[in-house]
Amino acid sequence: MGDFVIFKSVEKLIKAHEGIEREVYLDLENSSPIPTEIVEAMIPYFSEKAYGNPTITHKPGWMAYEEIQKASGRIAEYVGASSIEEINFTPGETESNNLALIGTALANKKKGSKIVVSEIEPLSITFASKMLEKYGFKVEKIPVDSEGFVSLEKLLDAIDKETILVSIMLVNHEIGTVEPIKEAVKIVKEKNPEILFHTDASDAYGKIPINVDELGVDLMTLSSYKILGPRGIGALYAREGVNVKRLLEGQIGTQKLWPGVENVPLIIGFLKASELAFKNFGENISRMKKLRTRLIGGIFERISETVLNGPKGDKRAPDNVNISILHCEGEALTIELSLRGVYVSSGSACTRLILQPSHVLTAIGRKFEEAHGSVLMKVTRYHTDEDIEYVLKVFPKAVERLRVISSIKGDAK
Amino acid sequence: MSRAPLPYSSKILELFRNPKNLGKMEDATVCAIAGSPACGDMIAFYLKINEDEVIEKATFESYGCAANIATASITTEMVKGKKLEDAWKISWKKVADEVGGLPTVKFHCGILSVGAVRRAIREFYKKKDEKPSWLQDELTIEEKHALEEEELARVLSKKLAKVLSKKTGGK
Repeated sequence: MGDFVIFKSVEKLIKAHEGIEREVYLDLENSSPIPTEIVEAMIPYFSEKAYGNPTITHKPGWMAYEEIQKASGRIAEYVGASSIEEINFTPGETESNNLALIGTALANKKKGSKIVVSEIEPLSITFASKMLEKYGFKVEKIPVDSEGFVSLEKLLDAIDKETILVSIMLVNHEIGTVEPIKEAVKIVKEKNPEILFHTDASDAYGKIPINVDELGVDLMTLSSYKILGPRGIGALYAREGVNVKRLLEGQIGTQKLWPGVENVPLIIGFLKASELAFKNFGENISRMKKLRTRLIGGIFERISETVLNGPKGDKRAPDNVNISILHCEGEALTIELSLRGVYVSSGSACTRLILQPSHVLTAIGRKFEEAHGSVLMKVTRYHTDEDIEYVLKVFPKAVERLRVISSIKGDAK
Repeated sequence: MSRAPLPYSSKILELFRNPKNLGKMEDATVCAIAGSPACGDMIAFYLKINEDEVIEKATFESYGCAANIATASITTEMVKGKKLEDAWKISWKKVADEVGGLPTVKFHCGILSVGAVRRAIREFYKKKDEKPSWLQDELTIEEKHALEEEELARVLSKKLAKVLSKKTGGK
């Protein structure tokens, strides 16, 4: 295929045009830059401190053991878990979700064979449930309304004697809907207290208050990079007494659900990211909400024919912005914005392997054309007012250019 | 629904940024559309053809991704100044080569461009009520692909509408 894009050719392109005044990274859904204070917290653990294997009886091993215990303890506190044993570190959201779904299904298959999930779960739940179907489990998907809220009535209808597990995310990763998990758990447990409830809280942790007892969930997924920590680390909260089968076998150390040598520097990074998210929690949240509201409002003021995806107000995660820009293709928009220093992602079919738009957007009733022009952005406490104003300055220019190119709009027919 | 990595060539990005021959042509001899907004790719080609059956001018519009815009733009450059018979022979692989290679999931963008050009040429002869010997009766792969993509979009939209109406009585 030859000459692929590398920095140089992109840089040349940018220089040849308007140039970039500022870089604003808003693609926190797909990866994140790690703040210096988190990187600095991790550095000593690569080669100076706690580099031993926590199961071996020597000083570096004991130090590693202590650090892991400390991190599990702090994270347990942040989610209201009752013991550090309930926090299991995994390599991330994908792994935690697979473990929660497949591991729980396998460990509880004598009790039943049905799993209930929502229609807008992340692919690590959707595809893991598809795999379970191949092995004889029944999977039922609960629909959502036009703002992404799961139908509690349909949930009640879906659970039966065969049901062993329900998995509904706490905050949707694409459209920011805060799901009524407490109510959902109540409905499920009232009908059958034996049914286990898992929630993927990757987009909720550090962004809305979480307490596992208040929610009543049995299993909960946490992710580090979604709160600006390093990639490659996450956790699965599993309530004491809940049976989960390991998906991988090997040397079991401190983490009973995930074998292999513990990665202490990543765990420290996850811990530091958590500490920073929960320090001044209220302040962080209001800051994100303010930036998010300005970004949504600003785009609506400046650009015609736009649709907000997901709910408004407090039922929306404080960091989430997802807007469909009609007559504008999303992948082209990500590139156009990128050449102006603004980094976002899109739910357009053009960005997908099988050329179908985001399943979340189609589940809330967006037409293909609407999903086609969707842009997903997330703000952090590190973003400034100036960042958002810059985005609002370049955004209309990028859209305008693409709308000129796409002026067909069907009227040429 | 998984994402595909899209390492675009610098040529694609350059054409995306500075497309040549962009826009509607008011005095076009013939115009053809391929794709549909529902499937995400939709391009319109406008050709100005002179008495010697040479393409004097070609322009395009695209409601699609960077690869779609770039392949459409390069195709207009490739057909410009060509006799219709020679323009007909341009293959999507040639288009892909001209833009410095296409990622596999974007092959269909090149195919759609060529499909649209051939549709326009067919339309030209249909209007003229003529059929040169080199113009085959049967649709070429590129033309068929354009049809298939449009059909797919129709089917997917229908499927979606059905799912939605079943769910909540439509939204």
